[in-house]
Amino acid sequence: MSRNRTSPVMLWVTLLGALALAIVPLPAAAEPFRPPFLTMAVIYWTMMWPRLCGLLTAFIAGLLLDVLHGNLLGQHALALVVVSFLTLRFHLQIRNFPLWQLTAAATLLMAIDTFFVFWSDGIAGDPTGGMARWATVPAGAVAWAPAMALLDNLRLRSENRSKRFS
Amino acid sequence: MLVALAIVLMVFDHRDQHLVHIRGYLAAALYPLQEAVDAPSTAGRWLTENLAARDRLIEENAGLKRELLLERGQLQRMAALEAENARMRALLDSTAKVGDRALIAEILSVDMDRLRHRVVLNRGSRDGVFVGQAIIDARGVVGQVTRDRGNSSEALLITDPDHAVPVEIVRNGLRSIALGTGDLERLSLPFLARNADVKAGDLLVSSGLGGSFPAGYPVATVQEVRGDSGEPFLVVAARPTAALDRIREVLLVQPPPAEVAAPPEDSPLPPPPPAASRSGQPAAPSPPAATAAPTPATSRSATVPAAAAPPATPPAAGPEQ
Repeated sequence: MSRNRTSPVMLWVTLLGALALAIVPLPAAAEPFRPPFLTMAVIYWTMMWPRLCGLLTAFIAGLLLDVLHGNLLGQHALALVVVSFLTLRFHLQIRNFPLWQLTAAATLLMAIDTFFVFWSDGIAGDPTGGMARWATVPAGAVAWAPAMALLDNLRLRSENRSKRFS
Repeated sequence: MLVALAIVLMVFDHRDQHLVHIRGYLAAALYPLQEAVDAPSTAGRWLTENLAARDRLIEENAGLKRELLLERGQLQRMAALEAENARMRALLDSTAKVGDRALIAEILSVDMDRLRHRVVLNRGSRDGVFVGQAIIDARGVVGQVTRDRGNSSEALLITDPDHAVPVEIVRNGLRSIALGTGDLERLSLPFLARNADVKAGDLLVSSGLGGSFPAGYPVATVQEVRGDSGEPFLVVAARPTAALDRIREVLLVQPPPAEVAAPPEDSPLPPPPPAASRSGQPAAPSPPAATAAPTPATSRSATVPAAAAPPATPPAAGPEQ
């Protein structure tokens, strides 16, 4: 297999879905516990399709999230590029982990993502929100397994289809 | 390299306005996504409106008619009062009040950054919206427009931690500045001296200083006043009168063009007559503070020192009269 022929359509569809989930209105009480959907999608795709989803994809996705959230351009882009780099570096190991270890690794990556956004908020003088902002990390850990099952399903479907046509 | 690019982007976005266009294009491209997220709640409202029982609609219609009659009645008095006010102002040779033309906009039910209180409106500069325009709803001041995207715009609510509104107490005309706290139910007034005349239940209205918000719209009611001995300032908490978490339709208040041009001319030479005649107080040197305060500063440190120094004087001047 010299070239990966899988089409990137599914990748962008899920990334857009993650962006939509990131701005769906939630009740104020549930708001801090919104899982970082976009980060999860980026980690998953970088791990599974490292040829299609790399640093540039992570950068663009992060930029779009910055625009949607109305904060400093580049905050999430920076965080996601770092996360995507780390995932790319270790993707061959992470991919073979059993589910619980995979969840732990993804949680660590999501914590790194949150930390980078928190850091840039602090430098820019924006409100940093205290401990409440870290609530997304455990929420992401809880949401990881079902999200991964869904994305696995979509990925296999898309890979099978591309095999059939090539 | 992308990391460096991201950092450069952040620095530029923080420092100056070069990226406004890029952000505008991206935002315009993403607007359909926001509309799509907003669609279910719009559809839900459409359904409840269309499937509502007929007698309930009739009842609602009757209620609205009653309300309209009441408001009309009050408006008649208002016209006379407005004319009287204009005559008085002409006598005193002071500036005219802000007009009441307004544009209706809808807030999309889309969440943004959870640490900031920002909302997306479905009107932009194509409909005559401009950055800095004040937003009110039926009950009080909501916020101001901070970013324009052509067909939509972003606005900052008055409870955002970076937002400040110049206010005055209706009861005695005492002026101060209400800062957002990041809590939708709470504003704080940190610049009132310990001897300031403020009580729980006082209504705060926008004072119009600084030119960003038109004068006389209700902003908040004071909920709690606490004076710790040893602290130079009171701890005052107020609750916004507008239902900031439940509103859907808002009014964008358009000051006439003359008013928009006025604030930059005011700042170097603060004219005492309008300020003094509006609140009936000895002129206090607050215009510089007010011009600095209502603009949503990107960094908090820029807002607070400018606002902190002057407002200490009006409370001292208040009880003397």
